[in-house]
Amino acid sequence: MSDMIDPSPPTGGDLVRRHRRSTRIWHWLNAWILAVMLMSGLMIFNAHPHLYWGQYGANFDRAWFEIGASGGSGTVRMGALTLHTTGLLGLSYGADGHANSVAFPGWITIPSHYSLADARIWHLAFAVLLLVAWPAYVLVSLVNGHVRRDLVITRHEWAPAHIWHDIKEHARLRFPTGAAALHYNILQKLAYGTVLFGLLPLILLTGLTLSPGMDAAWPWLTVLFGGRQSARSLHFLAMLGLIAFFIVHIVMVVLAGPFNEVRSMVTGWYRLPRARHPVIVPAPESGN
Amino acid sequence: MSAPLLSRRRLLGAGALGTAGLLSGCDKLGDNPGFRGLLEDVGQAHRATQRLLIGRTALAREFSEAEMSPIFRSNGSVDVADRAYQTHVAQGFANWRLQVGGLVQHPLALPLSALQAMPQRQQITRHDCVEGWSAIAKWQGPQLGAIIAQAGLLPQARYLVLHCADTLLDAPYYESIDLIDGFHPQTILAWRMNDAPLTVAHGAPIRLRVERQLGYKQAKYVMAIEARASLAGLYGGKGGLWEDKRGYQWYAGI
Repeated sequence: MSDMIDPSPPTGGDLVRRHRRSTRIWHWLNAWILAVMLMSGLMIFNAHPHLYWGQYGANFDRAWFEIGASGGSGTVRMGALTLHTTGLLGLSYGADGHANSVAFPGWITIPSHYSLADARIWHLAFAVLLLVAWPAYVLVSLVNGHVRRDLVITRHEWAPAHIWHDIKEHARLRFPTGAAALHYNILQKLAYGTVLFGLLPLILLTGLTLSPGMDAAWPWLTVLFGGRQSARSLHFLAMLGLIAFFIVHIVMVVLAGPFNEVRSMVTGWYRLPRARHPVIVPAPESGN
Repeated sequence: MSAPLLSRRRLLGAGALGTAGLLSGCDKLGDNPGFRGLLEDVGQAHRATQRLLIGRTALAREFSEAEMSPIFRSNGSVDVADRAYQTHVAQGFANWRLQVGGLVQHPLALPLSALQAMPQRQQITRHDCVEGWSAIAKWQGPQLGAIIAQAGLLPQARYLVLHCADTLLDAPYYESIDLIDGFHPQTILAWRMNDAPLTVAHGAPIRLRVERQLGYKQAKYVMAIEARASLAGLYGGKGGLWEDKRGYQWYAGI
């Protein structure tokens, strides 16, 4: 969006270049990789649906989070809190109506039937793609100025009043228009920055920490995360963070105009939203 | 939560796979030998990278006694039906011998007392199951490399196969490692666990500890070690029971 040559500032209604090719390729590649990683990862979780803190954790140790089934009911337990989730988590029903005691149901896992080995083959192959794609995109974005121009948050933007103003505008569904829409606002920068420089490196590094080979190669991994089981818990929480981002992301795309948004991420061209003019109702000719 | 995830699936189904549903597509793709082979080949990048990064002698982390699991669960086979094995248990493994053969200069038959008399390595390490759980225990035994050196490897030997007394999924358990892990200082044949002789549930009289790999490589009830040039032609040809029967990776460093 900074590739403009036209000296006159664009205004609402103009078609402008919004996303670089590297961003568009990364976006769709990342969406595809993360979808497969998520669904195969949920199947891997199904093999041992308990999460622990620390170096070790197995069936006889205290889990801080677990999904299970007991007494014909699917449950999610977190500390002292137990939620009944029959039909979705812990115990669900297949297309044939058969009850399956699996943490995550088959419609959201790869493969759809229980297979830890197959899920690992998917997960570990796509992990290689992500381990190449993420550093490559970060590097390209540092070199081509995407990070500096579009993602770095200025001191002005960090001001609480500015952030609060943006939150209020978003809550009212009043999104920037005209030239202001050329740049990410503070909430967008925070969201994209958190994913690109927070959640993705976190999920990559915690994933590597689950590998006993990597732990021997890079002993600092388990030190950094406080143990392999802590890393496994953080890997899961980072996944939840990415899902939360995804949901908000889709909602915002739909609210902001899905055609224009998807077009800009496919072709790069984006039509700047027109300013919201107050609707002026002409006064009646004859007064009351 | 289900609605946006479904829309992503639809999006991907249309874009990347061009099938009605990603899931049925993924199941079909995963069962397609060509695509599965591609995924497995990409996954091999982990092994290549790790072999490059780890080097031959980088050690798995060792822990203090305070960090040990209160209870170390047993998993996989916890007993062995084999009559000969049952006899060895009854005799306290007094007549048991570890066979070392295959591509070696001097085949060996080592009694448990000989393994116990060799220089010992003691290590408190983390056992990581492929399912995701971890448990920490203290292991003691002779280094596998010392036993193999005693037998003298022939130059064409590339793999060490561990033949076990137990059966799983109606097949004899076996596992294999390459010579890098075979001669790694932490690779031991453990006969002691947590300061007591190994119990039957944990693989008596000896189990392999190959500390930079996952649990299914830690073969229990090891009866014989065979040096081989290739894993082809042995059972399913993939170098281990879980590899043959379920498709787990032979390299279990990840």
